[in-house]
Amino acid sequence: MERKTIRKWFWVWEFDKEEQWLNTMAQSGWVLDSVGFCKYNFVKCEPGEYTVRLEMHDPDDEYIAFMEETGAEYIGRMVKWIFFRKKALDGPFEIFSDIDSRISQLDKISKLTASLGFANLAIGLANSFNPVTNVGWVNLIVCAVLMYGLGRIHSKKEVLEKERMVRE
Amino acid sequence: MNENIALTESTYYILLSLYRPQHGYGIMQQTEQLSGGRIRLAAGTLYGALNSLTEKGWIVPLPVQEESRKKEYKLTETGLVVLKNELARLQQLVENGRQVLEEEL
Repeated sequence: MERKTIRKWFWVWEFDKEEQWLNTMAQSGWVLDSVGFCKYNFVKCEPGEYTVRLEMHDPDDEYIAFMEETGAEYIGRMVKWIFFRKKALDGPFEIFSDIDSRISQLDKISKLTASLGFANLAIGLANSFNPVTNVGWVNLIVCAVLMYGLGRIHSKKEVLEKERMVRE
Repeated sequence: MNENIALTESTYYILLSLYRPQHGYGIMQQTEQLSGGRIRLAAGTLYGALNSLTEKGWIVPLPVQEESRKKEYKLTETGLVVLKNELARLQQLVENGRQVLEEEL
């Protein structure tokens, strides 16, 4: 079977962009088959044969079994992210169907982003005061980028929360 | 805890589906059928809801049969009370709507 690998970087808050890209790939006849760190392995498929979804979820075999029971196929895990695909013929594929669960997914993502930011801040500061390893600025920049991402996630959440005031 | 609050539509249909024991996929199918195809519970949302409803004691997982790995759930006594209260609340909503909009309907 024809295969190809694409290396690509997405920031933690770019999950919807990432998902969109994976579905564009599937539309053009390449469906995600396995994942590695910043590495996406595709196999040839019929254009539009699959819908791909990703989600931040802690390791949980019971959850994967549950998803598979509903016709989704588990593709793999990259750090905190898990990837699923489902044949378009088996119906529409979403992981979340209400605003509440979308908000709690965003909460999960922003928690991780905040803790990554905090870790980089601590490492960055510690290294800034260390004359031997003068690389603290790298972590401080990463921290700044992550804080920017946190803002992006929060504005996504705000939109949903506003919506939640009037409907589910 | 105040049990006098509105259930979400997802919660309502999940509880309703569990009046008889049912596994996850069954709940999704039944909800879609009952709502005439309007509500499609997504698996991630359903999984989260099943866990929190179990925590609340409104539903309970049944012991897993050896052969099938599918976990079934059913409504508890508390869950039934919650569901009945919700039904009464919804009936009131409908009645009020009908009364006010009498001329429009």
